[in-house]
Amino acid sequence: MDKIDKSRFGWVGPDPEHQEGISRPSITYWRDAMNRLVKNRVALVCLCIIVLLILGCAILPAVSPFSGREQHLTEGNASFFTPCTDTRYEGQGHVHIFGTDRLGRDMWTRLFDGGRVSLMIAFSAVFVNLIIGIIYGGISGYYGGAVDNIMMRIVEIVNGIPYLIVVVLLMMVLPQGIFTMVVAYATVGWTGMARLVRGQALALKNQEFVVAAEAMGAKPSRIIARHLLPNALSVIIINVTLAVPSAIFTEAFLSYIGLGVPVPHSSWGILAQDGSQVFQVYPEKLWIPAIAISITMLSFNLLGDGLRDAFDPRLRR
Amino acid sequence: MAKYILKRVGYAVVTLFVLVTLTFFMMRMLPGDPFTGEKQLPEKTMAALNAKYGLDKPEPVQYIMYLGNCLHGDLGLSLNTNRPVTTIIGEAFAYSFDLGIRAVLLAFVAGVLLGTIAAIKRGKATDTVCMLVALVGVSVPSFIVASVLQYYLGLKLYMATGVRFFAVTGWEDFNSKILPVFALAFGSLAQISRLMRTSMLDVLGQDYIKTAKAKGLSQKAIIWKHAIRNAIMPVVTVLGPITASVLTGGFVVESVFAVPGLGGYFVRSIQNVDYTMISGTTIFYGAFLIAANLLVDLAYGLIDPRVKLEEG
Repeated sequence: MDKIDKSRFGWVGPDPEHQEGISRPSITYWRDAMNRLVKNRVALVCLCIIVLLILGCAILPAVSPFSGREQHLTEGNASFFTPCTDTRYEGQGHVHIFGTDRLGRDMWTRLFDGGRVSLMIAFSAVFVNLIIGIIYGGISGYYGGAVDNIMMRIVEIVNGIPYLIVVVLLMMVLPQGIFTMVVAYATVGWTGMARLVRGQALALKNQEFVVAAEAMGAKPSRIIARHLLPNALSVIIINVTLAVPSAIFTEAFLSYIGLGVPVPHSSWGILAQDGSQVFQVYPEKLWIPAIAISITMLSFNLLGDGLRDAFDPRLRR
Repeated sequence: MAKYILKRVGYAVVTLFVLVTLTFFMMRMLPGDPFTGEKQLPEKTMAALNAKYGLDKPEPVQYIMYLGNCLHGDLGLSLNTNRPVTTIIGEAFAYSFDLGIRAVLLAFVAGVLLGTIAAIKRGKATDTVCMLVALVGVSVPSFIVASVLQYYLGLKLYMATGVRFFAVTGWEDFNSKILPVFALAFGSLAQISRLMRTSMLDVLGQDYIKTAKAKGLSQKAIIWKHAIRNAIMPVVTVLGPITASVLTGGFVVESVFAVPGLGGYFVRSIQNVDYTMISGTTIFYGAFLIAANLLVDLAYGLIDPRVKLEEG
C-alpha cells in the first residue's frame, strides 16, 4: 500500500483562522431598535407627520402674508380659498387658504400660530415633568430604604389628587399665560415619570451587568452612562412620547372651558372653542383645529406604540 | 386585610386634607376680597361683615375654621346665586352621577367586549377595525366627539329624516341620554379596549389556557370562564383613573349637551369667577374621586387573591 503524501490532504471545512471571528458587524441596542422602527411603516409615517407639523408651525406663520392677529373685518367667516379683498393687500393675489374666522383673521396662519403655542406648551410641560421625574425618581430609586419610602408616599398623595381639578384651580389663581399652563401641568404631572424612573433605577441597580461592571472596576460615571442610562432611556423615551398627547389634550381642554392662553394668542384649544360657537353655521371652523389636535395626538400615540415595539420586541402585540 | 384597609383610608384622608389646604391657600392668593364691589361700603359695615364671616381673624384661625366648616359639610354660599354651594352640588350632581355612571358602565362593558373580540381575532380584519376605532377614541378629545355627534346625529340626521332619533340637548328621555353618554364614554371605552386586548393576548398565551383547550373545552367556555376573568384584572385597576376622566370629561360634555349637571355648572362658575362655587366643587370632586379610588383599590384587593393585601 502506497503511503499517501500528507500534502495531498487539505482542510476543507470553515477557515480555522476566522472560525471564531464575528462575521457580521455587531449591532448595538439602539441600531437594533432603529432597524425595527424603520420597518414599522405606521410609526415612520407618524414621525414624518410630527416633523412636518413642527416645521410647519415653525415656518408657516413667518412666511404667511397675514399675521395671526390682524383682523380683516370685511371678510369674516370666509370659506376655504377665499381671495383676500382687504384694502391692505389689494392686488397682491393672496388667498385665505382655510378661510377666516369670525373677526376675519386668517385661519391658516392662526392654525399654525396656535400649533406653535399648543406644541410649545405640550413639549415644555413634558420636558419639565421629565426633569423633575428623573431627579425625584432617581434619588428615590438610588437611595432606596427610608428615603424611597417617604418620597414614594408623597408621590402617592400627589397622585391621589385629581390632576385636572388642580390644574383648573391653578389656572384660576395664577395669571393666565403659556408659562402658567406649563406650571399647572407640571405641578401634578411629574408623578408618573418619577414612579417610572424610580422603578427603572431600582430594577437596574441590582442587575448582574451592573454588578459585573462594578467588579471589573468601572467607575460610577461609566456605569451610569453606559449601563444605567441606555437601559432606562428607552422606557423614558416611550413615555415621553405618550405623555405629549395628554399634554396637548389638557391644553385644548383648558382652553375649551375658558382657562386657556390669554386672548391675542391662539392655540388649538382656543380655535376649537371659537369654532364650536359657530359650529352650526360654519362646521369647518371646528373641524380644522379638531383635525389638527386629533392628528397630532394620534401620531404621538402611534409613534409611542411603535417605539415600544422597537425597543422591546417582547411586548409586541 | 384590616391593616390594608386602614392604610388606604389613611392615604385617602391625607390626600383630601392636602387638597383642602391647597384650595384654601389658593383662594387666599386671589386678589381682592368678597365685599369689594362697585358700591364702596362704609367702613363699619365692612368691619361687621368681616367679623361675621371671620375674615378679621388671623389666617391660621381662618384656616382652622375653614377645615371645620368643610368637616361639617359647609362649603359657603355661591357668589353668583347666593345659595349654599352644597345645595347646588346636591341638585346638580344627581344628573352628573346619572350621566357618569352610565358612561363608566358603557365604557367598561363595551371596552372589555371590544378588546376581547380584537384579541381573539388577532391579526384579522376585525382586530384592525376594533383597534382603529380604539385609536380614534384615544386621540380625539371628548369635546370634539360631543360637538360632532350633536351636530351630525342630533341635528343633521333629524333634518334629513324628520325623525328625532337623538335629542340635541337636555337630559330627560332615553333618546336624549344616548349622545352625551356615548360622547363621554368613547375615550375611556377606547382606553379600556386597548388595555383589554393586550391583557387578553397575554392570558391567551398562558399554559392554563392550553390545558383548557387540551381537555376539550369549547372556545366559548375558555374565553368566558378562564380568559376574561383573568384578563379583566388590569382593567379593574384603571377604573379609578377612568372615573376621574369621565367626571372631568363631564365638564365639557355637559356644557355641550346642556345637561343640568355639576360639570356644566363648574365650567359656568369658572367663566363667572364664582370663587366659593369653584373651591366647593373642587373639594367635592376631589373627595368623590379619592373615595372612588379607595373603593377600586379595596375591590381590587378583594377580587384578586394574588394581591397580598398586607404588603400592598
